Amino acid sequence: MAQVKEYIGKVKPDWCPGCGDFGVLNALQRALADLDIAPHNVQVVSGIGCSSNLPGFLNAYGFHGLHGRSLPVATGAKLGNHSLTVIATGGDGDGYGIGVGHFVHTCRRNIDMTYIVMDNQIYGLTTGQASPTTEKDVRTKSTPEGTIEIALSPIALALSCGATYVARGFSGENLHLAQLMKGAIEHKGFALVDVFSPCVTYNKHNTYPWFRERVYKLEDERHDPSDFRLAMEKAFEWGARIPIGLFYKVNRPTYEDEEPALRSGIPLAKLPLQRNDLASFMEDFI
Amino acid sequence: MGQTQTDLTVWIGGAAGDGIASAGESFAKACSRSGYHVFAHNSYQSVIRGGHVCMHIRIGQQKVYTQGDVCNYLVALNQDTFQRYAKRVTKGGAVFYNTDKFKAAQDQVAAGVQLIGIPVMELAGNQLMQNTALMGALMQVIGVDAAAIREMIKERFTKKGEAVITTNLDAFDKGGAFAHEKFKPGEIRVGKGDGKRRPLAGGNPLIAFGSVAAGCRFYSAYPMTPASSILHWMVKYAAKAGVLVKQCEDEIAAMNMAIGAGHVGVRAMTGTAGGGFALMTEAIGEAGMTETPVVIVEVQRGGPSTGLPTKTEQADLFQLLGASQGEFPRVIFAPRTLQECYSMAIDAHNLAEKYQCPILITSDLYLSERLETFDGVDINHVKIDRGPLVTQSDGAYRRFLLTPTGVSPRALPGTPGTIYTAATDEHDEDGIVISDVFTNPAMRVKMMDKRMRKIEHLLKELPAPTIDGPNDADLTLVGWGSTYQVMLEAMEALNKEGLKVNVFCLRIIAPFQVNEVRALLETCKVTMSVEANYTGQIVKLIRMETGLSIQHHLRKYDGEPFEPKQVIDQARTILKTKPKQSVLASVQSDEGLPPDFSPIEHPAIGAEAARQH
Repeated sequence: MAQVKEYIGKVKPDWCPGCGDFGVLNALQRALADLDIAPHNVQVVSGIGCSSNLPGFLNAYGFHGLHGRSLPVATGAKLGNHSLTVIATGGDGDGYGIGVGHFVHTCRRNIDMTYIVMDNQIYGLTTGQASPTTEKDVRTKSTPEGTIEIALSPIALALSCGATYVARGFSGENLHLAQLMKGAIEHKGFALVDVFSPCVTYNKHNTYPWFRERVYKLEDERHDPSDFRLAMEKAFEWGARIPIGLFYKVNRPTYEDEEPALRSGIPLAKLPLQRNDLASFMEDFI
Repeated sequence: MGQTQTDLTVWIGGAAGDGIASAGESFAKACSRSGYHVFAHNSYQSVIRGGHVCMHIRIGQQKVYTQGDVCNYLVALNQDTFQRYAKRVTKGGAVFYNTDKFKAAQDQVAAGVQLIGIPVMELAGNQLMQNTALMGALMQVIGVDAAAIREMIKERFTKKGEAVITTNLDAFDKGGAFAHEKFKPGEIRVGKGDGKRRPLAGGNPLIAFGSVAAGCRFYSAYPMTPASSILHWMVKYAAKAGVLVKQCEDEIAAMNMAIGAGHVGVRAMTGTAGGGFALMTEAIGEAGMTETPVVIVEVQRGGPSTGLPTKTEQADLFQLLGASQGEFPRVIFAPRTLQECYSMAIDAHNLAEKYQCPILITSDLYLSERLETFDGVDINHVKIDRGPLVTQSDGAYRRFLLTPTGVSPRALPGTPGTIYTAATDEHDEDGIVISDVFTNPAMRVKMMDKRMRKIEHLLKELPAPTIDGPNDADLTLVGWGSTYQVMLEAMEALNKEGLKVNVFCLRIIAPFQVNEVRALLETCKVTMSVEANYTGQIVKLIRMETGLSIQHHLRKYDGEPFEPKQVIDQARTILKTKPKQSVLASVQSDEGLPPDFSPIEHPAIGAEAARQH
């Protein structure tokens, strides 16, 4: 088994002290070490936001792209070289706000990749505006009288769009989170790990104590992750008790399994560029 | 006695759904297989209720540059077509129609034009055979060998069985026999073809084919006219070519997926029209900043906004030049011919990897959706150049190494020992971001200089622009991209009249070849731009880059392509009436200038839409 330190990147995280994202990074490094995936075979793709700085802090190939566009870049990377372990990371604004269209369709596609969303219910990098997962009536910099819109449920959205591994973790439960990530990376298909990752600077509502009081583990209540209806029901459980853990898991052929261009099993990136069959294409123009 | 010409033009028109495209394509392909050069343009007259479509097909013994501007033979699949165009059919020509559908009288056409009415029901017993019977009559009257079209009918209906083939061949033969018996041979004839079976296609399939030839394995797109035929060609040949074709949720995804594939080392491309390109804009800069190879095709159509979805225009030049915030190297190719669609697609994929930046190919509906015979497509000497690739690390790999050329050797994800993060934030040689917490203005400047240095090396490698025609011409026609061939046709016609005209048509827009363009323009006496837009975009770009002003302008933005006569007339007027001026003439804004010339008069295309000044 590999050592966690092999996955520590060249750059020290620049997150605020106490940020939930430290726990996410640690859990991811632990999961990769446990699975013994060589760092050079991992491609991490992120968008923009505090949490999207993660690729630089991890020893793996990284692509730190545009705001909201991590999933299409990750999809292109996976389809281009499906021998890589592809992990997309980002925040709730990145994935459920500006990038939600891609989220919906990536779930449908069942690309074999893991999507880790550091969900802090706030826009941190832009100093504290409401996000798609900010609860109704919460006051933020952009909603001084409280948010008018209701919060989006990432779990329910992922389930309804066809994601085949849907989990939620809490960065205050590091070993549990690492287990969920291991399961997600091992899962053949699109895996969402939504993580409660408190913003200690701009979210004074959803704090560590706030989550600690409420979260409970689905595993502790003998939740059956093969039961779609139950998963959907649990997705909307919010308030005094909030579930974390594996909501749903199902095996379905991945996009790569069914894509004709990948039937040979050889990644596109490894195929030769020079062709000798061009005459046969010319014939068709006649 | 017939007049044997070097070319003739057939128009096939009807309502959308009448099968104009398939009848027109069959005729075009039959001619291209019979040794003729062919040029066909499908004109959608969307201003007319009912979705009127008219395909203009010109065939010739020599290279045919455009759809031309006359109608020698008209196949009117409905009465509307007859009423609109019958009067335009030239003397010695003919109008073909189905007598079951409408009646036509000799006073509705010019003197010397035959009305060839075919009683489809009586001959074929089935109105579905209308197009086939009319084609039989057409081939008979114009005297083009019918063997190729019979072969095509067989090919087309093979899957439907022998009975369908027989029915169609029978209708075709009966149409021909009826015309032979009741009507005279057409007086406008084209000499025999040379027997060579020529390839026939439009710009989009050739851009797609060129990409495949260059080893492109990934094409992501969202459907949008007039770029969709790239997607369709790629899908059709995906299995054979081993290309992964991904239809995406939007153009933002299409562009970002192509970048993802490019990042891991796949030659990747995306394609769209102007509106979809607007959505890709941010990610064009992403490719520039992360130094990811990617090829983007923008097929222009009439704008602004949704504009004219099925019409042509060249009005996206500044969108292409200005796409994305900030500054980064980009290449913009504007192929002028089908052959260049193919060769520039290959060049685009090579340059994308060699210079690690976005390469844009722009074309327009006119170039992309036409059907034209082509040659000069070299399939035997396709050069692949990936630029420097690192496959083994000595432990000191730096993805964004500062180099004299600005190009840093690339390592592909999966390679041991060369791990890095490619970031859209400014970063240092290791890819570590220096945008925010660890700012580094000196490194920022070095990285900008490094990326922008690629441009000077690109400029050394790109082929120089050239002028076609006599170098002592009295008038130079200036344009870019798809107006090339109409300018060539005008030039040849004017030169035959004894007027000295040449053509300067740009095919590389960026990086702009300032010195070469200026040197060439300084050799020109009088200049006239030919551009399918309102504001004179290439004129502005040339002035901006060289300080030289094109003096006279012919512009068109009604959505239809230029016709040769429009260019010829305008050029002749300038040569006969305008004083010679230097290209260094005083600079004025183009907007709001009074017209130099009266607008183009053209019954079919709406004179109000043509503007020159």
